[in-house]
Amino acid sequence: MSALLGYTVLGLVMGAGYAVAASGLVLTYTTSRVFNVAHGAIGMVMAFCYWELSAGGLVPGGLPAWAAVLLVVGVIAPAFGLAVERIMMRRLTESPAGVSLVVTVGLLVALIGLAQTLWPPTARPVEPFFGAGGVRLGGVLVTYHDLLTIGVSLAVAAGLYLLLGRTRTGIAMRAVAVDRDLLALHGGRPRLLSSLSWAVGAALAALAGILLTPIVQLDYYELTLLVVAAYAAAVLGRLRSLPLTFAGAVVLGLLQSYAAGLRAAIPTLFLFAVLVFLPQVRLRSGGIRGIAAVPVPGPRRVAAAGLALVAAVGLASLLLPTVQVSRLALGLVYATVMLSLVLLTGYGGHVSLAQFTFVGVGAVTVAKLGGSPGWPSPLALLAGAAVAAAVGALVALPVLRLTGLYLALATLAFGQLMDKVVFQTAFGLGESLPVPRPREFAGEGAYAVFVAAVFVVMAAGLLALRRGRIGRMLVAMRDSPAACATLGLNQRGLRIGLFAASAGMAGLAGGLFGGLRGTIGAADFQVFKSLPLLLLAVVGGVTSVTGALLGGLVLMLLPILQSEVPALGGLVFLLVGIGAVSLGRDPGGAASHLFRAGRWARSLVVRPPAGPVEDSTDAPDSRVETEGMSLRATP
Amino acid sequence: MRRIRGWRRRGCRFAPLLEVDGIVVRFGGVTALDRASLGAEPGQVTGVIGPNGAGKTTLFDVVSGLREPYRGRVRYGGADITRLGPHRRARAGIARTFQRLEAFGSLSVWDNVRVAVEIRQGWAASSRAVGGAAWDLLDRVGIAAFAGHRADAVPTGIARLLELARTLAIEPRLLLLDEPSSGLDDEETEALGGLLRELAAEGRAILLIEHDIELVMGVCDHVHVLDFGRVLASGGPEQIRDDRRVQEAYLGYSQEVPG
Repeated sequence: MSALLGYTVLGLVMGAGYAVAASGLVLTYTTSRVFNVAHGAIGMVMAFCYWELSAGGLVPGGLPAWAAVLLVVGVIAPAFGLAVERIMMRRLTESPAGVSLVVTVGLLVALIGLAQTLWPPTARPVEPFFGAGGVRLGGVLVTYHDLLTIGVSLAVAAGLYLLLGRTRTGIAMRAVAVDRDLLALHGGRPRLLSSLSWAVGAALAALAGILLTPIVQLDYYELTLLVVAAYAAAVLGRLRSLPLTFAGAVVLGLLQSYAAGLRAAIPTLFLFAVLVFLPQVRLRSGGIRGIAAVPVPGPRRVAAAGLALVAAVGLASLLLPTVQVSRLALGLVYATVMLSLVLLTGYGGHVSLAQFTFVGVGAVTVAKLGGSPGWPSPLALLAGAAVAAAVGALVALPVLRLTGLYLALATLAFGQLMDKVVFQTAFGLGESLPVPRPREFAGEGAYAVFVAAVFVVMAAGLLALRRGRIGRMLVAMRDSPAACATLGLNQRGLRIGLFAASAGMAGLAGGLFGGLRGTIGAADFQVFKSLPLLLLAVVGGVTSVTGALLGGLVLMLLPILQSEVPALGGLVFLLVGIGAVSLGRDPGGAASHLFRAGRWARSLVVRPPAGPVEDSTDAPDSRVETEGMSLRATP
Repeated sequence: MRRIRGWRRRGCRFAPLLEVDGIVVRFGGVTALDRASLGAEPGQVTGVIGPNGAGKTTLFDVVSGLREPYRGRVRYGGADITRLGPHRRARAGIARTFQRLEAFGSLSVWDNVRVAVEIRQGWAASSRAVGGAAWDLLDRVGIAAFAGHRADAVPTGIARLLELARTLAIEPRLLLLDEPSSGLDDEETEALGGLLRELAAEGRAILLIEHDIELVMGVCDHVHVLDFGRVLASGGPEQIRDDRRVQEAYLGYSQEVPG
């Protein structure tokens, strides 16, 4: 009996922490329409700040706990939230869910990088407030910290209730959520309100981070993943209702506490359960949407460029030392994974936050099959792709009816589930599996050429797909699901196919990745590996194959740069952040700048005739390039 | 074709292809459609007019399957399709255009129509046939000159005609056109009127939401007037023009409309 009570108390405490985090998430989402994937990461950094102030070396002797909390929650976190809103989020309010998601992913990656730079990994014990003391309740010790956490969450609930229901500002914040433009017309100030909501949101993230730290410990990833639990709770309230969000958070905390063995899996399972019961999202109409994309090259050009790439890699494998050749091959493997994102995100408009998990599925399949004699390596690679595709279809099934945001966050939850449960089991803790290479390409140089060839074949296939019927349909479905439905397209099948194909491509790349590494372990496929991958795919240019190649090579180079020139560490994250922010303006990424530079260079060589030249931006073809992210033609 | 009794009583000569019966749609506290009933017949252009916010576009959403009504039935060719998904209605021959435009912005005008033809004809159709069919449709609505432009870079009027061409690609029996003339000049509007009569003469039922009263009076065989989600009046164009209730409701909002 007292054991049950003990679990209940622990669950309530966890739930209270989740509730604080989740309410901040809901608040920022409803007022700014940007879902902040980095919400947990903000909480993580703020928890580190709290540690720094109270126990770290920054203040001699350390501030008293209450002062540190006040400083972090009352000053540092709101200021940080304001800055983030000002610099990154303001322009994203009207952009598609995909872009704003990627930008917050950029923030998350940058924050983790920042935390790891400022606070290198070491044990940092954080004492609960009021020490270990507490009150006895039916034979269970409830610490003062527990009581404080529950009390704080109730206070947050009451505070938000009063703010949103009883003050002018709060009512205006609700109005922003309903209709931003209308509020502005009536003299409201949506920007100010949005800044305010980010400040409050960041403060709540900080509060949740600090309160939960004694339970989950000061860890870069545990606290960042708080966002998944918070999100799962918020989804119960459909990202709108705060009371339901609180209820969701408490249920989640209790479930996690009762089913301690499944603790890591609970948020994901809870999330999928809620998603399955969410009603169908209505197809919205309103305005022509189009994404500025780089032109799709013809087959001849693709063949030439592909051959040139394979030849270049072959040459490099002869000239460069083995280490460099392996690095090049790794970059190409990453590029191959990013091709799967070109299909899913660039053509299909969906965002996956767990693409590296599918890489893991492919790699594990190849590793398990590779040992048995009946499976020659190329066949095992294809089997890896097939298994990953099947898993991808399974993930997509329950969330198909929902919009991009739900789908993307479901993939994050799925990635966490695989990371914490399946991969740990598949490998055994801390163990690794050998992955064979195709016998003909066993050498480093030969393997690099093999990877380049696979990349080229997949890229060529992808471009052929884009030029053809399926490509047109995918783009049409991305631009206007409503029009596709009223023209008779059954989008369910196409969307499952899209997800499965993308996961399959990632799975195939997984086999390549495993072969390159030789052995793989659970740590290779942590869910957080997917985020820099997505980020650089988009920064490189997720609408083009060239962008995937650029992104893959940069993703390979980043850690090398960091380890060889440590001074650059912060700069690298800054660059990635700037890249992410610039996405709001040009979703074509670096690749589209490259193409533009290419055209410009050609125009220098082939001089146009002197005299009054027709302004080229008026020609229909080039206008396409200069169109913004989404040109709205409202009547 | 099966005759539906209610309609005979109201003096219809043909069985309606589409019958909307007692539709109720609510948005929160606002009733967008309040027991709206009307129909459309093959070979005829049926106008739906009414002030802004009368529920016209919501009616199209209900008929095309994008919004489920709170109450009421939609019957098409005698079958109840109230719970049918939008893509299955499209397969059955219901096509629509969008007031706020839903062209595929990243595709060329030609590709917009090609996608629609491909959706209709399935994977077996040869790409040459598909391309030809798409071209013919662009030609028919008079925008073949824009075929190579991206759909998000053409003027509104062209985008509207593009949507019309795209709906024709699925060989509809019932066409729902939501303000097709807005963004067109007088000459183009006249051409559109001729095209609508032509499409009706081919045996299609056309339901036309329009603010251009001249066009409505010129091409419609039958007009329904919506106001506050209710069907205020139904009848021939002349009858509607002379109806006092219509004049009160409609002209109260917009004095410039010639009525």
